[in-house]
Amino acid sequence: MTIAWNAERAGAIIDEHRALRGALLPVLHALQEEFGYIDAAATPLLASALTLSQAEIHGVVTFYHEFRRSRPGRHVVKVCVAEACQARGSESLVEGLKARLGIDLGETAADGSFTLEAVYCLGNCALGPSVMVDDRLHGLFHASRLDGVLE
Amino acid sequence: MSRPITVYVPRDAAALSVGADAVARAILAEAEARHLPVRLIRNGSRGMLWLEPLVEVVTANSRMAYGPVTPDKVAELFDAGFLEGASHPLCHGPTEDILYLKHQNRLTFARCGVTDPLSVEDYRAHGGFAGLERALALSSDEIVAEVTQSGLRGRGGAGFPTGIKWKTVLDARADEKFICCNADEGDSGTFADRMIIEGDPFLLIEGMTIAALAVGARQGFVYLRSEYPHAAATLRDAIRIAYRQDWLGEDIHGSGRAFHLEVRLGAGSYVCGEETAMLESLEGKRGMVRAKPPLPAMEGLFGKPTAINNVLTLTSVPVVLARGAAFYRDFGAGRSHGTQPFQLAGNIRYGGLVELAFGVSLHDLIYRYGGGTASGRPVRAVQVGGPLGAYIPAGRLEVSADYESMAEAGAMLGHGGMVVFDDSVRMERMARFAMEFCAKESCGKCTPCRIGSIRGVEILDRLAGGGHSEADLALLEDLCAVMAEASLCAMGGLTPLPVRSALEHFPEDFVSGRTA
Ligand SMILES: Cc1cc2nc3c(=O)[nH]c(=O)nc-3n(C[C@H](O)[C@H](O)[C@H](O)COP(=O)(O)O)c2cc1C
Ligand code: SF4
Ligand code: FES
Repeated sequence: MTIAWNAERAGAIIDEHRALRGALLPVLHALQEEFGYIDAAATPLLASALTLSQAEIHGVVTFYHEFRRSRPGRHVVKVCVAEACQARGSESLVEGLKARLGIDLGETAADGSFTLEAVYCLGNCALGPSVMVDDRLHGLFHASRLDGVLE
Repeated sequence: MSRPITVYVPRDAAALSVGADAVARAILAEAEARHLPVRLIRNGSRGMLWLEPLVEVVTANSRMAYGPVTPDKVAELFDAGFLEGASHPLCHGPTEDILYLKHQNRLTFARCGVTDPLSVEDYRAHGGFAGLERALALSSDEIVAEVTQSGLRGRGGAGFPTGIKWKTVLDARADEKFICCNADEGDSGTFADRMIIEGDPFLLIEGMTIAALAVGARQGFVYLRSEYPHAAATLRDAIRIAYRQDWLGEDIHGSGRAFHLEVRLGAGSYVCGEETAMLESLEGKRGMVRAKPPLPAMEGLFGKPTAINNVLTLTSVPVVLARGAAFYRDFGAGRSHGTQPFQLAGNIRYGGLVELAFGVSLHDLIYRYGGGTASGRPVRAVQVGGPLGAYIPAGRLEVSADYESMAEAGAMLGHGGMVVFDDSVRMERMARFAMEFCAKESCGKCTPCRIGSIRGVEILDRLAGGGHSEADLALLEDLCAVMAEASLCAMGGLTPLPVRSALEHFPEDFVSGRTA
């Protein structure tokens, strides 16, 4: 489970990683792991700790699809939309998930329950269509199985 | 009480994706309820993915295969006596005799699915670290020569001779050098890097350590895509164990040689698989492709000489050292030496990993191994080599799977993934997808790729909607020509390959206003 944004905790995470060479990606991963996203308030902290400009930090956060800039739902559903899963029916899986969750790809439900994201390949291309729900991979998936796989 | 019976249930992510953990729990619970001692080992996958979860039971003279096992079948398997290797509708006989596996040339994947991935003891008992032990007794020049003579070429897509790359790094003068393993594995239809990392992680550690000895590096990084959390956890565990047992660190098994290894995660960017974008990303920057020269071998990570290799390249190195260059070189066809772990994916009946010498035909891979489509409908197209690879029509699959033959056929082998589509595929949509993917993943450094891909999507949308199709087809061809010729890297440069191959082989799908 992630915790609410907290500048002190963020500072501690940044301190843990700042000595690494090329520290920015590992720090961003650690922040997202803790808070579920990269809060805008992290930018000045990162800039001063890593002696980079805020524009550079912003550029990196926005370049990578994985980094979120707003708080995700309690469950994150990543659905594969790449070719091999398309060949195995991912299109109707995506439609089914959208209908079940009432949100589009890239959105978070208003009640904060789910975020639905599109990803390109989860490395499970012989057993698609594939989804990852909160870091757990599921193959041969159908939208009707979503409730059953939640922890 | 009798001796415990050893049962294997894979911990590979593909097996987990279809319930391997629940099967493992059910087996332990059932064994306990019946007072039968069972020793459960979580192995890698054998690569027969349609049989996952594939449970193996060790009997007096073989390992018996049962699959796909579901938790509700476990009690029934116990009733049938599967702990003694008894027959059952889910039983496939001894694993090694399953035809899919039996005729493969498992050099890189020799141990995958056989051993406990995190047991150094198991690894050594099955020939692990023999390559490194030999390398420790050789000079850097001798290691490079051995790899050069083996004919090993990069498995990341470009097929560049590994020995030559290493020689450049070895000869570069610098206070510091790096080895970077490219484990970004972004191509749809590929999962071999993931499988070997999860199923035999010490092999990658061994291969990278040999590479480090060859070029004179002390530090290595594995750039692993963040979509692979299971692989990341397994590899980090393996690295910790390797440090503890002196297979990594300041003094590798008393040799006085040092090598340090660290895992770094990507963040969902396809272009970061391109080697210079990967270096930028490792340095903590946006994944912008660098202009070459300078080659990374001369000025790579943090400006230092860097050998960058794919996971499959590095995991082929130990066998080259252990068995010798000539042994490895004898596999293959023409100038494609050794073996390739092919990955059969998409709409395929028997999907999985098939490691064979180069030179097998695509047709054999897709029909003899793959069994045709999973849907039972005819194969229509196969995309080989990931999102930047060509679509090959069903009638042209006789081509030999090696670098040169594929290039002659206007295609590329890439990382060895094959994505099968049946006759319900709409190729104008796949062409559009290729352009859209390029538009989304472009690093934005050069115009043909950044803008061209957006124009490509627009043209394909117009074609699908009806209108001036002849003019638009000509425009699309011009656009492809510009992208192919003027892009800085293969992201923009190869996106025309799937688009043009779809147009060439499936023109009927691009007739304007087609609805189906
Ligand atoms: C857009 C793009 C994506 C790539 N993705 C990967 C990848 O995921 N894994 C990989 O090993 N090589 C990838 N490559 C190829 C690398 O640039 C590089 O050639 C390779 O890592 C070199 O290793 P090798 O010689 O062992 O093949 C990609 C290239 C491009 C242009
Ligand atoms: S071709 Fe595309 S990905 Fe490659 S450098 Fe140019 S813009 Fe970047
Ligand atoms: S294409 Fe969906 S898991 Fe690879």
